Amino acid sequence: MANISKEEVKHVANLARLAITEAEAEKFAQQLGAITKFAEQLNELDTTNVEPTTHVLPLVNVLREDVAVKGLDREVMMLNVKEQENGLVKVPPIITE
Amino acid sequence: MNFETVIGLEVHVELKTNSKIFSGSPNHFGAEPNTNTTVIDLGYPGVLPVVNKNVVDYAIRASLALNMEIEQHTKFDRKNYFYPDNPKAYQISQFDKPIGKNGWVEIEVNGEKKRIGITRLHMEEDAGKLTHGKNSSLVDFNRQGTPLVEIVSEPDIRTPEEAYAYLEQIKSIIQYTGVSDCKMEEGSLRCDANISIRPYGRDEFGTKTELKNLNSFNFVRRGLEYEEKRQAAVLNAGGVIEQETRRFDEKTGKTILMRVKEGADDYRYFPEPDLVDIVIDDAWLQRVQDEIPELPAARKIRYVEELGLSTYDAGVLTLSKEIADFFEATVAQGADAKLTSNWLMGEVSAYLNAEQKELSDVALTPENLAGMVKLISAGTISSKIAKKVFKELIENGGSAEQIVKDQGLVQISDEGALLKIVSETLDNNQQSIDDFKNGKDRAIGFLVGQIMKATKGQANPPMVNKILLEEINKR
Repeated sequence: MANISKEEVKHVANLARLAITEAEAEKFAQQLGAITKFAEQLNELDTTNVEPTTHVLPLVNVLREDVAVKGLDREVMMLNVKEQENGLVKVPPIITE
Repeated sequence: MNFETVIGLEVHVELKTNSKIFSGSPNHFGAEPNTNTTVIDLGYPGVLPVVNKNVVDYAIRASLALNMEIEQHTKFDRKNYFYPDNPKAYQISQFDKPIGKNGWVEIEVNGEKKRIGITRLHMEEDAGKLTHGKNSSLVDFNRQGTPLVEIVSEPDIRTPEEAYAYLEQIKSIIQYTGVSDCKMEEGSLRCDANISIRPYGRDEFGTKTELKNLNSFNFVRRGLEYEEKRQAAVLNAGGVIEQETRRFDEKTGKTILMRVKEGADDYRYFPEPDLVDIVIDDAWLQRVQDEIPELPAARKIRYVEELGLSTYDAGVLTLSKEIADFFEATVAQGADAKLTSNWLMGEVSAYLNAEQKELSDVALTPENLAGMVKLISAGTISSKIAKKVFKELIENGGSAEQIVKDQGLVQISDEGALLKIVSETLDNNQQSIDDFKNGKDRAIGFLVGQIMKATKGQANPPMVNKILLEEINKR
């Protein structure tokens, strides 16, 4: 199942909000297909008795105590915000009815 | 054709911790917009989240209270989506190893008990709050990173009534555990509903729709009632139900199409690379188990067995922890349990409903309510007078004894004084005496009314009745 279709590429691009051209979709479909094929070599191994690994670090329970510290000043927080209104971040309209 | 309704509910509960789930910024409702954030909440490059230990404790506590099994080796996952309420473009949640699974709660509808299964409870972070305008939307990121647990029911619910009862139970139990206020008006408890219908007798489920914007338990019920009718109408007309998300409109009571739902694949979940696994050993589990306070079911039994309340009364009182705690504190002051329960379920709850207030917003305290109840028990004031005292207590506070003294509300139980008033009343109402002698019992009611009027309602009613009957028969 290593082949990736152009439609799948377009679908994933849309989910990631990436605008791609028809030619790019074609190119990425081939490249992603090749990458998936490469990764699929792992399927040749028998992993029946191997626990799934989500981290290579031998660590668990990295936790912090429930202590609150003051948040960023709003002026600082707004430094990277394009548009604001009354202390709120302004973004394009979402619900249009 | 007649259909069977199948409902599953997803409840989000905000946890009442000091700080957020992955950062140290304050977790408080009602702060000035965009003042409770850090670079971690805002998803700056290179920052690392660290799990708040208390969130794990609270999630375990809630899971245990909902009769769930705890996943002792649990982890977080990344759920990818683009939406302006979340600056990271992903939500840290739990996918395949939720901290709690296989629980249940018991509900009662029309006298019938039923167990509703709970599939899972998982930890995740809340997103920012959006306000939608015509030309733009506005974002407050204070809520970004607020710890949440999502509680997902089995599709065991069959009617909107059962959905309502399930939500009441979840809210009650979670409130008792102390991990959340569960205030729907502040968004600390939110609910989405999945609903489908199928012909009776069929095993497979129909296509479900998801309802959002259900801002009260009542709206959940109304939205579901509308949706089960809408789906039946579509199917009966030969149509097909689409899997979609619909919004409940409070004004019209209808559900409106929002969007066709994204599938789980589209979220491209994967194990959260910035967080390591969590292993909960038996000692940790036991410690949290020991922290769970008495839950509503146990309290209900205690009220029936130890305080002699009816099962119904005990059920109503224990539904809200705030009311139940108030009740116990009042009884601890020496007030009669049955009388206190009657006042709390009657006048107090009527007042709070009418004024749209909570117990914590009014001047009534367990001490002053107990004072009033004791005056009633002792016969110092009648129940009728008590209503006046109560109004004063709940609005302005103070002591019941003082109010009774200041306003001269003490019940007249002095036999001599009452005899005098009864005699005077009889002297002035010969017609009523004649009526009574002619077999009109109603005349007594009239005379009692006159006596109460003359004493501004302070005459001891049983004594008035007794003396009046004695005197009228002498005439």
